[in-house]
Amino acid sequence: MRKASHKSSTAKVPSTIDLVNRNLAKRKRAEWRFRVYGIGAILFGFICLLILFTDIISKGHGAFFKTQIHLQIHFNPQRLQVLQPGAIEQFNNANYDNVIQDALFADNARISPALLSAVDKRQLLSLISTGAVYSLRETLTDSPGVLNQSVGVWLTVDDDVDNYVKSLAHGGEGYTGRLSQQQQSWVNRWIENGQVRQTFNTTFFTSGDSREPEQAGIRSALMGSLYMLLVTIGLSFPIGIAAAVYLEEYAPINRVTDFIEVNINNLAAVPSIIFGLLGLAIFIGFFDMPRSVPLVGGLVLTLMTLPTIIISSRAAIKAVPSSIRDAAYGLGASKMQVVLHHVLPLAMPGVLTGAIIGFAQALGETAPLLMIGMVAFIVDVPADLMDPSSALPVQIFLWSDSPERAFVERTSAAIMVLLAFLISMNGLAVWLRHRLGRSHQ
Amino acid sequence: MNSKSGYNRLFDPMAETGQALDFSQHGLGQKTVGNPFSVKAKMSVRNLNVYYDDKQAIHDVSLDINRNEVMAMIGPSGCGKSTFLRCLNRMNDTIENCNVNGEVTLDEQDIYHKKQDVVPLRARVGIVFQKPNPFPKSIYENVAYGPKVHGLVSRRAQLDEIVEDSLRKASLWDEVKDRLFSPGTGLSGGQQQRLCIARTIAVSPEVILMDEPCSALDPIATARIEELMAELSQNFTIAIVTHSMQQAARVSSRTAYFHMGRLIEVNDTRRVFTNPEHELTEAYITGRFG
Repeated sequence: MRKASHKSSTAKVPSTIDLVNRNLAKRKRAEWRFRVYGIGAILFGFICLLILFTDIISKGHGAFFKTQIHLQIHFNPQRLQVLQPGAIEQFNNANYDNVIQDALFADNARISPALLSAVDKRQLLSLISTGAVYSLRETLTDSPGVLNQSVGVWLTVDDDVDNYVKSLAHGGEGYTGRLSQQQQSWVNRWIENGQVRQTFNTTFFTSGDSREPEQAGIRSALMGSLYMLLVTIGLSFPIGIAAAVYLEEYAPINRVTDFIEVNINNLAAVPSIIFGLLGLAIFIGFFDMPRSVPLVGGLVLTLMTLPTIIISSRAAIKAVPSSIRDAAYGLGASKMQVVLHHVLPLAMPGVLTGAIIGFAQALGETAPLLMIGMVAFIVDVPADLMDPSSALPVQIFLWSDSPERAFVERTSAAIMVLLAFLISMNGLAVWLRHRLGRSHQ
Repeated sequence: MNSKSGYNRLFDPMAETGQALDFSQHGLGQKTVGNPFSVKAKMSVRNLNVYYDDKQAIHDVSLDINRNEVMAMIGPSGCGKSTFLRCLNRMNDTIENCNVNGEVTLDEQDIYHKKQDVVPLRARVGIVFQKPNPFPKSIYENVAYGPKVHGLVSRRAQLDEIVEDSLRKASLWDEVKDRLFSPGTGLSGGQQQRLCIARTIAVSPEVILMDEPCSALDPIATARIEELMAELSQNFTIAIVTHSMQQAARVSSRTAYFHMGRLIEVNDTRRVFTNPEHELTEAYITGRFG
């Protein structure tokens, strides 16, 4: 009551500007909150990305380096069982384990006179990677002159040693790896003598999968992914654009077209594993194509990518202003000329954006590849489309399942390679779009 | 196709007398008054009906457009004048649900004949649109596009000549001769519209259709386009749709008044604006609606 009487005593009808001013502060606060929501959303996304990258890089960067030890190897023909002088083929079957063994024991004897027990010997031998024999074979094949000579060679160590040496770099506290006290002391002695080095892990990029982490690489998976991507790009890009152009520019508007459109939209939402089953039934079951080959993988990914490309291409074609079509038709251009000279060039940036998103999706797809047998353990790098191969995401899946600790960092490193692949693809898309957009301004 | 259609024979004498034509005999109960027919028609339209789905946009329109004249089509919004214009080079074909029946002839050839290809038709009947719509390419490419798709030239020098000639005819040459290879979309609105006219002229059509070519332009640009039309009418037949009665009065020799999809009156422009025969025409030009 009092308030009301107070109001009537001032007896003034508020003007519009008074009303506006009264609400102004509230409106400004609402504006501010709206902005904060937006910034919050961006920050959330950014922090998630940061956590992801930090985790992957901190876990994975170690895989790009491998540990090697320096040993004095005596290429003794008797121990190598290379008996005929000059016959280089024997080098392939020579017994390199013997010379490594000799070198290790000699190295040990030089420092401590105590004799090694059988268990110790086995433990000492297991410090060197089983793949070291291949690098010795290479040394000998490249320069046969070293036969019967003693040469200093850097040999890759077993992944457990690699793991131990890397943990020392972080202080070495609370090491929980598989090396025994005895083995750790040998490694420590090598480090003191300067016989241990970290070098760039070329193996990771040059070899295929392996049971031994220090010999495992992504080459096979990378090439498999690349071949599949080539098949996918080569098929889905032209087919997708042709379908989009037909549906957008030529197809009459009727039930059949509607039906096709609904189906394409649905296919874009079908889980990718269904495409894998389809590929298994049709390409492998019906057409009798081999399993685990990039060609079939590429075909399956093509099927999966097509709806995405068709939908985005149609949207891009639809966005071309009708005034441009009218102008070209008005001059007497035929339908094909209108499409090829005007509509497609103008739609190309949009088409490319959609296509690249589709290809990126295909590159990261795992489930359909499991169905067509690309989950196999592939050691050899595929040489063509018909060689069994793996794919990057499948390789990541396989390694993430492996018990060896060293595969953890390899998994993360493979993820880094996959991300780099994706980022460079997207960079290419941005560049292409920029270029095409500029030439049509 | 029909060199002597029934309508020609029927209406030619009446056209000379300038009498009102009674269309009620066709059961539509409407009349086109004035002078829609001519003996020296470049294009003739007979009993044209246009439908968008079920909606009829043009009702039984018959009209002749003379050689080298400027025919203006005026009328309130939605009266069908643009639809009518687009029928003259079959631009309506690109609209999915548009249905045209009736007869439209160009030099006595039926352009809706099933053997008529729209490509050569549109080379003969060019069109300039309401909104300037240059291709997002260079000025040169814009003008050269028509001659290129029709294969009118075999050598670059010929093409250069056509481009220069067309730009001169569209009185744009002096403004753009130093930047022929910069984008056509970078020009001002009036220049863009003249570029579109140059692009249309480059194919050397016989008829030029203009669909409100000045509605997006300022008065100075409009004046330049109107001057241009006067020059062009010496060589081309021009049909122009316009919302501006002043423009129709300034540029055209004959004027057709459309109302709700029907052609109400066709007469010499001066007659239409000074002494209209039909009450609807009079109501429109005196500003009582429109």
